[in-house]
Amino acid sequence: MTPELGHFALILALMAALLQGLLPLIGAQRISSYSAQWIALARPAAQTHFLLLVFAFACLAQSFLTNDFSVAYVAQNSNTKLPAMYQFAAVWGGHEGSLLLWVLMLSGWGAAVSLASRQLPEAMVARVLAVLGLVSIGMLAFILFTSNPFERLLPALAEGRDLNPLLQDPGLVFHPPMLYMGYVGFSVAFAFAIAALISGRLDAAWARWSRPWTTAAWVFLTIGIAMGSWWAYNELGWGGWWFWDPVENASFMPWLAGTALIHSLAITEKRGAFKNWTVLLAIAAFSLSLLGTFLVRSGVLTSVHAFASDPSRGVFILILLAVVIGSSLTLFAWRAPKVGVGGAFALVSRETMLLINNVLLVVAAGSVLLGTLYPLLIDALGLGKLSVGPPYFNTVFVPVMVPLLLLIAVGPLARWKHADLRDMARRLRVSFILALLAGAIFPHLMGIWTPMTALGSLLAVWIASSTVFQIAERLKIGGGNASASFWGMHLAHFGIAVFVIGVTLVGGYQEEKDVRMQTGATVSVGGYQLRLLDIGAAPGPNYHADVGTFELSRNGHVLKTLYPEKRHYFSSQMPMTEAAIDTGFTRDIYVSLGEPLDNQGAWSVRVYFKPFIDWIWGGCLLMAAGGFLALLDRRYRLRVKAAVTLPGSVSA
Amino acid sequence: MKRFLLPLAAFAVLVGFLAMGLMHDPREVPSPLIGKPAPAFTLPQLHDATKNFSVVDMKGRVWLLNVWASWCVSCREEHPVLVELAKTGSVPVIGLDYKDQVADGKQWLEKLGNPYILSVVDSDGRVGIDYGVYGVPETYVIDKQGIIRMKHTGPITPASLAQTILPLVKELSQ
Repeated sequence: MTPELGHFALILALMAALLQGLLPLIGAQRISSYSAQWIALARPAAQTHFLLLVFAFACLAQSFLTNDFSVAYVAQNSNTKLPAMYQFAAVWGGHEGSLLLWVLMLSGWGAAVSLASRQLPEAMVARVLAVLGLVSIGMLAFILFTSNPFERLLPALAEGRDLNPLLQDPGLVFHPPMLYMGYVGFSVAFAFAIAALISGRLDAAWARWSRPWTTAAWVFLTIGIAMGSWWAYNELGWGGWWFWDPVENASFMPWLAGTALIHSLAITEKRGAFKNWTVLLAIAAFSLSLLGTFLVRSGVLTSVHAFASDPSRGVFILILLAVVIGSSLTLFAWRAPKVGVGGAFALVSRETMLLINNVLLVVAAGSVLLGTLYPLLIDALGLGKLSVGPPYFNTVFVPVMVPLLLLIAVGPLARWKHADLRDMARRLRVSFILALLAGAIFPHLMGIWTPMTALGSLLAVWIASSTVFQIAERLKIGGGNASASFWGMHLAHFGIAVFVIGVTLVGGYQEEKDVRMQTGATVSVGGYQLRLLDIGAAPGPNYHADVGTFELSRNGHVLKTLYPEKRHYFSSQMPMTEAAIDTGFTRDIYVSLGEPLDNQGAWSVRVYFKPFIDWIWGGCLLMAAGGFLALLDRRYRLRVKAAVTLPGSVSA
Repeated sequence: MKRFLLPLAAFAVLVGFLAMGLMHDPREVPSPLIGKPAPAFTLPQLHDATKNFSVVDMKGRVWLLNVWASWCVSCREEHPVLVELAKTGSVPVIGLDYKDQVADGKQWLEKLGNPYILSVVDSDGRVGIDYGVYGVPETYVIDKQGIIRMKHTGPITPASLAQTILPLVKELSQ
């Protein structure tokens, strides 16, 4: 019964999305005498839509938690022996459920807009919610016609198949929801852009309204990507934190476009410039999210869950992609030529800095897109099968990122319209000297000097010191009135410096040992000793494991005991590696079990010394925290009041 | 006006490539076993563990080796197609019950019908490794000399049966 209720709720949600997508949009054109009523329909429709999807999602979760294997999706992704936490996480562990989560998030953002938009012109709200509703119609139709999670499997299976063991990790419980919140969150910026294009009024007010929503989505996406990277480090067993695989790239491209969008919205809000460019970025950020969904879900690039995917799904989602993005870009081509250029600015100005930032970020996103799609292009042209790996991405990405990182320290110092180059140079003098010293000396302290570690240290100190000095300058002239977005920006930039330190030092100074170990053997890495005490068997709920006991010590002092595992899930042929990690502020010691080598208890063991690796994720969290701080800025609420006192001034 | 159409044009090209990409299956990596003799094995039969079956038993006949399991959801989708095929009697199908319990496998066939002339039990999946089984279901077309002529990955559909598998069987039988 529950699955049928969920299915019915999904159908009703589609109806609600149809109402939300069509009537308010027509109403906002004010061509009918019912326009006011149709506009007023937007909010209740969006909220009903959301509640119906919450209900459908709860029904699916209920089917999982009660082990209802008469539901095909549950039978494929769960199992009675699966721990309850993972039974719940399994709701989004496969294709159908993750799409349901996607559309739930979409309607959630819509509901949030409907609640937090009382000060916006009614016609604008109606259009924004309508655009969100239209996207949701497409996704719900996709789910209902090709990927219904509530489909029954009769007769029921006695036992389900199990959740993909790779996904049975605490990191993976929270990673997809966070990532989807970010991905889908860009739909709001997109909807604002489309609404503004429809109304023909692209102005500073539009940029101000979409800014907090864009930042919020970006915060979620940043956390989601960081968690994914942390999961890969913990779960995949070879100590890497980024692999440039198509699924990662699918989340990284919208992040790059979203970062560009955040900066370009700043120009449009403050100076009214680059309006067309900002609109195009808003469309691009969400389009890349949709493209990512297409790449991951259609199976054109990856073959995970290969047999569950049928070609009709790929075709459906491609048509959806073509309709959503194609119509937005057509609208853009039609409306953009009529938009004014905005305020003029000098060559040296904050506008120029932000423009360079945008160009670099877009080039970066484009190069990731090219690398991700290249195998597909080559295959489509019949030129063979190939894969594009980290060497391409590292070669292309680093040269684009270096100037961007150099610019971070400079950009916030520049004034709008016209900046004083000499004044900026004076304020950057000390940072410049510190950065050079860091590049020259710091690598020697860590071990050996290499150009890459020198460059990384230089960039990190350049950004961090300039950020600190700017905050200090501000405090001197009275920091009490510094806005939340001032602190947010600097915190996020400081996070990048921390991130750069992590990436540089892990890349330059990690030590990696693949050794054969028997009980009693010792291996040393990075000045630490690791002794294998024992490898024994241990049972788990839905797997059995070999557990190693390692004693970590330094100069004879025992620090900790580490227990890496090799798990054999009953449902899968692939053994899973659970690394044991001793996490520290300046280094991780990482042990993972390889394979048993003989019958005498010898194992291949991987041991890594990873200096400063946690700074990578720490930096991401600081960036996200910066974004969150910026969201709290009073001025979004203050200006909002100003908009209320001038009713009709911005409506179409 | 024209430059504002550029993003749309670029996107149209991209969609074209994606559509072409959809037609190419990235999974269609040719199996290295095609044109090679089917790896030999001798395994107990599902319905009578005292009897064995070996690849050589089928010498001189064109046959299908279908890898299935009672835990496999996609196999359920495929099963009716195989049952229909068995009714026509156009080609013998041997089942390889992959990584499965004997009781579960038997029960599954009782419930859904048994299209196989016989099934063998590969409980530890060793034979599956020899055949490069990548996911269940999979089907191999093996000719009179015991050479693998084709591998079908994923469930057999009525279309793939009519368009590729049966014509090949017919050709090989001549």
